[in-house]
Amino acid sequence: MERALYDYLLRRGDDSLILSQRLSEWCGHAPTIEVDLSLANLGLDLLGQATLFLDYAASMNADVHNADALAFHRDAAEFRNCLLVEQPNGDFAQTIVRQFLYSTWQKMLFDRLAFSKDPTVAAIAAKAVKEISYHADLSADWMIRLGGGTDESNRRLKAGVEWMWRLVPELLVADEIDNELITKDIAPDPASFETDFMTKIAEVFAEAGLDVSPLPRNFASGRRGYHSEHLGHLLCTMQYLPRAYPDAQW
Amino acid sequence: MSSDWPLWEVFIRVRGGLSHRHAGSVHAPDGEMAMRHARDTYTRRMEGVSLWVIQSNDIIASDPADSSALFEPAQDKIYRHPTFYALPTEVEHM
Amino acid sequence: MYTTELQKNPRILPVSTEAAEQTVAFEARVAGDEYIEPKDWMPEAYRKTLVRQISQHAHSEIVGMLPESNWLTRAPSLRRKAILFAKVQDEGGHGLYLYAAAETLGTSRAEMIDALHDGRAKYSTIFNYPTMNWADIGAIGWLVDGAAIMNQVPLQRTSYGPYARAMVRICKEESFHQRQGFDIMLHMAKGTAEQKAMAQDALNRWWWPSLMMFGPPDDNSPNSAQSMRWRIKRETNDEIRQKFIDATVPQAALLGLTLPDPDLKWNDAKGGHDFGAIDWEEFNAVVRGEGPCALERISARRTAWDDGAWVRDAADSYAAKQSSKKAA
Ligand SMILES: [Fe+2]
Ligand SMILES: [Fe+2]
Ligand SMILES: [Fe+2]
Repeated sequence: MERALYDYLLRRGDDSLILSQRLSEWCGHAPTIEVDLSLANLGLDLLGQATLFLDYAASMNADVHNADALAFHRDAAEFRNCLLVEQPNGDFAQTIVRQFLYSTWQKMLFDRLAFSKDPTVAAIAAKAVKEISYHADLSADWMIRLGGGTDESNRRLKAGVEWMWRLVPELLVADEIDNELITKDIAPDPASFETDFMTKIAEVFAEAGLDVSPLPRNFASGRRGYHSEHLGHLLCTMQYLPRAYPDAQW
Repeated sequence: MSSDWPLWEVFIRVRGGLSHRHAGSVHAPDGEMAMRHARDTYTRRMEGVSLWVIQSNDIIASDPADSSALFEPAQDKIYRHPTFYALPTEVEHM
Repeated sequence: MYTTELQKNPRILPVSTEAAEQTVAFEARVAGDEYIEPKDWMPEAYRKTLVRQISQHAHSEIVGMLPESNWLTRAPSLRRKAILFAKVQDEGGHGLYLYAAAETLGTSRAEMIDALHDGRAKYSTIFNYPTMNWADIGAIGWLVDGAAIMNQVPLQRTSYGPYARAMVRICKEESFHQRQGFDIMLHMAKGTAEQKAMAQDALNRWWWPSLMMFGPPDDNSPNSAQSMRWRIKRETNDEIRQKFIDATVPQAALLGLTLPDPDLKWNDAKGGHDFGAIDWEEFNAVVRGEGPCALERISARRTAWDDGAWVRDAADSYAAKQSSKKAA
């Protein structure tokens, strides 16, 4: 098994899976029915991406039967998602900030991943990038409306940014796994779109009336399995049934 | 009463070559969001290739009370329809 | 049923002769299977009954998301999660379509939602029961969506155009809901001993409330005749309940599960099943708002709406600022 690619697939799959799980928590509880439907569409797109990446990963690992085995039978330390996506929903502003930051980054990553030398990765990314494009635009629209809406929405949006901002630097790190795949032209270098990413954020933040703070030191390394306290609780809920009844087929 | 967004009407072109047809309504704060809500509500099953949204208040509808004046005068203009004209049987297509 | 009359009909009599003439013409149109459209004249009682029926139906769709989303975060496989996510999202869409249909009658969604939140409006009794294990999600799809479809298919030809059109869209979307529920039940019933126990437990708890969904027996359903005449109800409560039971019995047998009714048996003479007495006291209590999850459901809806107020206000205020900028 190609260890680096396997790990990379987990990173991509886990990001989408965990963010989808967070979005599913909104189902039935959003500010209006329309927003409920929008968030569910995002969640479903991400769930589809997760399934494709994790199935591909599973196909590389003889010990793992399928995507479900990866999603439901790994512990927090084996998850490879970034810390941004596992953050609690908070209020709608916090959810939107998380979505905007992640989707904007994911869009730029997948634009490039669609040209991966690995044909399966390229195909998944090419399909996903259309979905992500919509996620990025929709969340940017909401950033601008919340920022330029009322005093309250502006205050809440700022609080959301304050919560999430410390987790942005993790997105820009390339470690030895990335580097190995970058050399093989399987994955893009996050540094190659860092400027574009920061420019896009600055653009939307400006329209939303937000200041862009300098990026803080990175403390997050979800890609190595070091997570926030939130992931364990999310997994307790998500994995409960398959863990409690390991022999069951659902 | 609690607050909600204004109502918009959604029209979908089901596929190329067809005209837009009324699909339903959404609530949205503005046109851009109405478009997003229309997409997220009415095109989840590949229902269309193009969307129109218009604020419901901006639609001007005919009054059913006028419908006899508006629509009945067309009833006796049967000469507007090709079936009004009898053709000699020798003419196969016209 | 989602649309079962849970509140008293208004008794509004035409006062003027003009109204009386219009009423006669209206009744003739409805009797002739014509559609009534929003701007057409209609009797006040028809309008009010429709607003109540459609909004009650809409509330049921929205409140109905809650017992199912209770298990969305715990769906046991990625496939089940995607199916349930899409299914519950559909129910939200149904609520949206129906609120919009009711809005054509001169009410607003906010008004209807307020009525739900302060207890003036009802929703289907079925959603006041808890979802306790994963098989409950199967049971809801199989029984509750199954029952809903039976009621909703004929409503595609209901007399009020916007309502009929909403029902057409809804029925199209509903078609996979019952199947996915039955599919869950099938996997549970044919699964491990623990899964089978969950399936039987779910069926035991959902069976009677499902039968109550169709509403009180016909002899105790005073407004049925008028609603049938107006084509806003197409079959009586008892007829459709019987149809549902007859359709479900063989499905339960196929699952190898036992319907929790010792009196249930085929009656050759009537060409349908006899069944045990329904506990109408329980039904009435749930209608009164005393169901086991009634407080949870309304409080969840109220919280979502109230917590969303600042979001709706923010977007409105942004839109207002933009249009005044444009005007300037
Ligand atoms: Fe494998
Ligand atoms: Fe529904
Ligand atoms: Fe349904």
